[in-house]
Amino acid sequence: MTVSVVLPRALTPYAHGLGTVQLDVSCATVRDALGQVAERWPALVDRVLTEQGELRRHVNIFVGDESIAFLDGLNTPIDEGATITIVPAVSGG
Amino acid sequence: MNPSTLVLVGTTKGAFIFSSDDAREEWTVDGPHFPGEAVYSMAYDQRAGRSRLLVGVHSNHWGATVRFSDDLGLSWSGPERQAIRFPESSGLSLAQVWQIMPGRPEEPDVVWAGVEPAALFRSDDAGESWEPVKGLLEHEHRPRWQPGGGGLCLHTIVLDPTNRDRMAIAISTAGFYRTDDGGATWQPRNSGVRAVFLPDKYPEFGQCVHKVTHHHSRPERLFLQNHWGLYRSDDWGNSWQDVANGVPSDFGFAIQAHPHDPDTVYVIPIQSDEFRVVPGAQLRVYRTQDAGATWGALDHGLPQEHAFESVLRDGLAVDTHKQAGVYFGTRSGKLYGSNDNGERWTTLAEALPPICCVKTAVLAPS
Repeated sequence: MTVSVVLPRALTPYAHGLGTVQLDVSCATVRDALGQVAERWPALVDRVLTEQGELRRHVNIFVGDESIAFLDGLNTPIDEGATITIVPAVSGG
Repeated sequence: MNPSTLVLVGTTKGAFIFSSDDAREEWTVDGPHFPGEAVYSMAYDQRAGRSRLLVGVHSNHWGATVRFSDDLGLSWSGPERQAIRFPESSGLSLAQVWQIMPGRPEEPDVVWAGVEPAALFRSDDAGESWEPVKGLLEHEHRPRWQPGGGGLCLHTIVLDPTNRDRMAIAISTAGFYRTDDGGATWQPRNSGVRAVFLPDKYPEFGQCVHKVTHHHSRPERLFLQNHWGLYRSDDWGNSWQDVANGVPSDFGFAIQAHPHDPDTVYVIPIQSDEFRVVPGAQLRVYRTQDAGATWGALDHGLPQEHAFESVLRDGLAVDTHKQAGVYFGTRSGKLYGSNDNGERWTTLAEALPPICCVKTAVLAPS
């Protein structure tokens, strides 16, 4: 199984400069995929999930073109070849 | 200039380091460090021969952590992992690091951090790894603590320099708590401190304490700026007395003890809870030199009209030079300093981002 996790620029330093992390392991859900990313780049996933494993408030994740906020959150299933995109939400001041 | 004095300024959009010599008349500024990230806590640790800046940084997107530098900000080392983490069993997640405080000189690797949601963390390796203080994390009062406007934050840490088992913390909104057994148990110490926003005005806990300060030579004497109320305790918080004698308002956030005189304390009153600017739009620091019996205004060099300024709880600091420097930063990004105990003020910066914290360090000769 191949899944691509596309990173925002702010997080690439936590993956040694990679803009996309390729996963070649079985992942049933977005949470599984992030768990696999954390195996290699734990500091990266610290920025995406809280220590309770919840998605940070101002971070969005898309599977394909759809936000997981409108699917099943971190439990959203993913298919072979899926692209997961991590995006900072529009927020600030 | 041979820098000997640092003023560390945390803002909503990064950290700045002001440096000067002993005279503290000319300043250079370095920053922002961590541009775009909010910095509510900074500290400088020069125990055990180290020279370490510690900074609590918060990204609106990517969360909060503690970073440090051993070369005065030329480079920032890890940890890249979120250094302060709540245990899974707590169900809590770190929102903000509100306070970083190096421990006692005889415990040179201990550093404390106060965070939101309200908890105290301890590091035994000078700030690289952290563990929660369980006696407070699992306190029976926790379910009844309520967040103030800044969140449920542990913002104040007071160490007893004479007794390793005694320290105190303050939480908005929970009040002042003290441990006498090294953090195993914590008792509320709020007798006499008013909670104007509760039906019971003098509850055991639940006060919105904004900041507490003391002098190391007389640690049992504490000064407390409350959400309405200015208090002193002479018995480590067992009882509190109102000492708002001559201030234009007893509402405020910032309070800071003088570095050499245990009877001298500075506050910056705010007009009211509803209108959080300095009274009369006159920017004035108030000082007592008799432990709160009287207070007088210090305004030489500060704007005395149309100054709709406000100073947050950690926005006021002193240095430890013989003639003490006093510094404060405003929510409109102005930084003021005095090199003569607050008698005369100069503007160190006029247009920083909103200032969250001001800390100082006098560097040991190299």
